[in-house]
Amino acid sequence: MSPREKFGLALIAVALIALPFVLAAAGTAWVRIANFAVLFVLLSLGLNIVVGYAGLLDLGYVAFYAVGAYVYALLASPHFGLHLPFWIILPIGAAVACVAGVILGAPTLRLRGDYLAIVTLGFGEIVRIFMNNLSSPVNLTNGPKGINRIDSFQLGPLNFSASDTLAGLIFSGPIKYYYFLLLVLLAVIVINRRLQDSRIGRAWVAIREDEVAAKASGINTRNVKLLAFAMGASFGGIAGGMFAAIQGFVSPESFILNESIMVLSMVVLGGMGNIWGVIAGAVLLSFVPELLRYTVEPAQMALFGKLLVDPEVLRMLVFGLALVLTMRFRPAGLWPETRHRRELSEGRT
Amino acid sequence: MPDVLLDARNIGKRFGGVQALKDVSLTIESGEIYGLIGPNGAGKTTLFNVFTGLYPRDSGEVRFAGAPLSLDSPHAVAAAGIARTFQNIRLFGNMTALENVMVGRHVRTRAGVFSAILRTRAERVEEAGIRRRAEELLYYVGIAGHADDLARQLSYGDQRRLEIARALATEPKLLALDEPAAGMNATETTALRGLIAGLRDDGLTVLLIEHDVKLVMGLCDRVAVLDYGEKIAEDVPAAVRANPKVIEAYLGASTA
Repeated sequence: MSPREKFGLALIAVALIALPFVLAAAGTAWVRIANFAVLFVLLSLGLNIVVGYAGLLDLGYVAFYAVGAYVYALLASPHFGLHLPFWIILPIGAAVACVAGVILGAPTLRLRGDYLAIVTLGFGEIVRIFMNNLSSPVNLTNGPKGINRIDSFQLGPLNFSASDTLAGLIFSGPIKYYYFLLLVLLAVIVINRRLQDSRIGRAWVAIREDEVAAKASGINTRNVKLLAFAMGASFGGIAGGMFAAIQGFVSPESFILNESIMVLSMVVLGGMGNIWGVIAGAVLLSFVPELLRYTVEPAQMALFGKLLVDPEVLRMLVFGLALVLTMRFRPAGLWPETRHRRELSEGRT
Repeated sequence: MPDVLLDARNIGKRFGGVQALKDVSLTIESGEIYGLIGPNGAGKTTLFNVFTGLYPRDSGEVRFAGAPLSLDSPHAVAAAGIARTFQNIRLFGNMTALENVMVGRHVRTRAGVFSAILRTRAERVEEAGIRRRAEELLYYVGIAGHADDLARQLSYGDQRRLEIARALATEPKLLALDEPAAGMNATETTALRGLIAGLRDDGLTVLLIEHDVKLVMGLCDRVAVLDYGEKIAEDVPAAVRANPKVIEAYLGASTA
């Protein structure tokens, strides 16, 4: 790493550490938005393993997020009267999501492309419908009402739902979560990069490039693909657990197909296969809509004295437009992996 | 009697109403270059795909290196020690030449997800070994200068060489080449011939499918001829060339 890169990295680190206090000045809501942005970054990085590296189109990724969230909710809420500490539940959530990934992958990974997409889409819906209906005869998930009063993180004397003051700075609950999420994100980035440069990472890309040649080169494609699914699912499970704790409430409504599409859009918009691109995509698609929400309404009130366009409608409009423009002008994403960029630009000539 | 490396008995394969292979038996001996020729559609590539696990066979048994060979999956065949190249080159186009060969090391290495995440000592040693071996192989086939170029950007001849290097990376006992000279000009073919002969001199057994009869006759120790899915001859090149059945298959019957 050159000194310039080191300096840049240090600058980013300082900015990220200072960020929540800047945001808190604008309102705690913005810290929460930042937290959800980081959650989406985590989800995108998980999906990137499946879609970006191994080239398997997964439209039901949110199912693993849901599994992680419900595992947390069930093990740390009054619903069953269980209150396990988060550092036990998060790994359990990751493991359960991982198993769910294998269960989905084992019978379906012989399918390719669109067919796999359809099956995974169905899986995502099945998981959501299960959550919706597993309230009788045994009340497992509390149905559409969801599970509330979920415990927040508690680490010794440190309670993530209360505010602490340290050296004159107020550490609110969301700010503490922010730092925790940042740590997890750092770990996930390191893991991703290491996997990318490993024997398994190469096998994933080889399968994406030419499955028959990968097989003939001695790669057990079924197992290696399953591994991609399992890894992606585990990341989804961890993100889900943190989502449940931050939100304090989960219900099946949070895990609809739209969420899967959203995460996929982040991966594609940012640049499949490139960690930094995927992060940029996730941050962009998380923040811009919120920014709109907070600017469009006051702007309309100031200009016309009344609300003409609902921000929510505008949000989807801008979102769609951004995707169309990206696909038209930067089909490999904003910040693509060098491989994909070459592939797509050569394909266009 | 020399060691038999591959012993195929009564291989049969049918595609719908077409009997692509009919009771084909052949033996490949250790250290030889074994040629497989025949007119178009004779079943050469089909036999190849059966040997490498890409097509399930309908009948027959294969013994390889003294043990029964399971032909159920290509990766198991690769693990057993048969590596192949493809008639229409199949490289990982958007990976570099070096990465392509490194993928070939997959089957002889072990590192899993966890050792990769933790970057254990064993994993780092193994990675370094993979890279070193891949560089050696690129050098061996003569394209070391292109290690960091994308496979798709290499010239046609170099892509053929890269495919051979990737196959060699799996440490095969038998290297199966499916029409390696197809589409090559005379210079490239000569260079390829040198490369294949060198492989044999280094102790490898080679199974060669080829249309270029001159190449096959000059290079192979023994040649088998397929016609309509049946083996009609198997002998040293000179004897095969004189075999009336072979002449008939290629040129039609002399007494019409």
